[in-house]
Amino acid sequence: MQAVITVTGKDSVGIIAKVSQKCVDYNVNIIDISQSVLKDYFAMIMLVEIDKLSIPFTNFVDEMSNIGQTNGLSIHTMHEDIFNSMHKI
Amino acid sequence: MLGINTNEILETINMIRDEHLDIRTVTMGISLFDCVSENPEKLCENIYNKITNTAKNLIPVCETIEKEYGIPIINKRISLTPISLIGAGCNSDEFVKIAKTLDKAADTLGVNFIGGYSALVQKGFTNGARELINSIPQALTETSRICSSVNVATTKSGINMDAVAEMGQIIKQTAFLTKENDSIGCAKLVVFANVPDDNPFMAGAFHGMGEPETVINVGVSGPGVVASAIEKAGNCNLTQISDTIKKTAFKITRMGQLVAYEASKRLNVPFGIVDLSLAPTPAIGDSVADILEKIGLEKTGACGTTAALAMLNDAVKKGGTMASSHVGGLSGAFIPVSEDAGMISAVECGSLTIEKLEAMTAVCSVGLDMIAVPGDTTAEVISALIADEIAIGVINNKTTAVRVIPAYNKKVGDSVEFGGLLGEAPVMKINTASPDIFIKRGGRIPAPIHSLRN
Repeated sequence: MQAVITVTGKDSVGIIAKVSQKCVDYNVNIIDISQSVLKDYFAMIMLVEIDKLSIPFTNFVDEMSNIGQTNGLSIHTMHEDIFNSMHKI
Repeated sequence: MLGINTNEILETINMIRDEHLDIRTVTMGISLFDCVSENPEKLCENIYNKITNTAKNLIPVCETIEKEYGIPIINKRISLTPISLIGAGCNSDEFVKIAKTLDKAADTLGVNFIGGYSALVQKGFTNGARELINSIPQALTETSRICSSVNVATTKSGINMDAVAEMGQIIKQTAFLTKENDSIGCAKLVVFANVPDDNPFMAGAFHGMGEPETVINVGVSGPGVVASAIEKAGNCNLTQISDTIKKTAFKITRMGQLVAYEASKRLNVPFGIVDLSLAPTPAIGDSVADILEKIGLEKTGACGTTAALAMLNDAVKKGGTMASSHVGGLSGAFIPVSEDAGMISAVECGSLTIEKLEAMTAVCSVGLDMIAVPGDTTAEVISALIADEIAIGVINNKTTAVRVIPAYNKKVGDSVEFGGLLGEAPVMKINTASPDIFIKRGGRIPAPIHSLRN
């Protein structure tokens, strides 16, 4: 199973490091990272594998969200199925 | 990445974050037939236990789904077998006790509305239905979370005009008894024609007779997403607008289907239907009126409104149908006045009238919804307004409904405020010429000829 982590907001030093460190802490494997600019905000999208996640997925969602709050960013972690269902027939 | 490109991921996130995309409601339908008892106290106890046991995981499961998929589920609700059937044999006072039991069960579970304080009287009244209807004003005054509906007509049976006349009186009484709160009781009371058995939306939700023991029905939303898609489509013709709406409705509904499937699996309750409705909220940017204006009308209510709405409603259904394995409920664009900032604005500037709203309901779901009229409007005028709207449903073989608030002591130009999703409504002008003789005739308007299809 995979999840998508999106990070949006103002750029600063070490965002990817902080997000990646949390992934390491909870045994989450990063598969892909990409960046894009939509409208006027910076966005990073990270695809991760959550099969061996060491805590419940909902707690991981909260942990990621907390990093966002402490760093003035918006971080959302969503299960891949929402994108699959919306964009694939 | 996932076989889905970055722009698609951002599109989904943008829909949720900036365009108010959400699941409007996950509604669990619960049959109460096995609660029936001759003893009213025992009946209430059975009902309370059944609801609180059956739905105990509804909110925790929905909250987990919200978090995992990042999609807000605004309401978690419960619909019940029509209480007039379960409480047949009770008198009005005993029905009020059942209403309070339902309110308590909703409070225990943390659901904001529980539907099914309902009666089906399209052909006539059973004793139970009559007692329940008489209890509605008091029941809605003494509870905060129950919703009531009465079906007064079907295409198959015609219109029960005795029930229509009575509902005018019931609505007036409810308005009077809840006068301290802008007659809010009327916001939780709907009069229907061709009421669906599997509607997840309040105030009209109940658990129909042919439904399974329990069921999960889901209502999606998304007027903001459709409006935004039309805006992005730019200068194009109506064929292209219709296609844009279809594609957007498909995406919105797929999300509803996913949530319905997951909720059903995790609660171990069968999946019923996804309701393909565009349900607005009072929030700016979450308005059906905005869509009509984006299609090209200066203000909702202008000539062209009915045509634009007809196209919108049809395109939503076409896009949504393929996205879900089972579609049902009301399935259409809602046009409640108080719950839609664009509709309120159109009423306030004089562009949108009750007469235009009535025409609009002929081509969309669901009817004259959340409309405030002056407090001195007579019960007969309200009944006649109901009769007109119900006739549109009966003749066109569709669901129509009336949720009207004769706001006590208010006049045209005033407004009523209910707060939350119920919003606020400007008091609208209504034709006051007397329909008294028509309404007092009573009887039944026969079923239309096209009901004879066998």
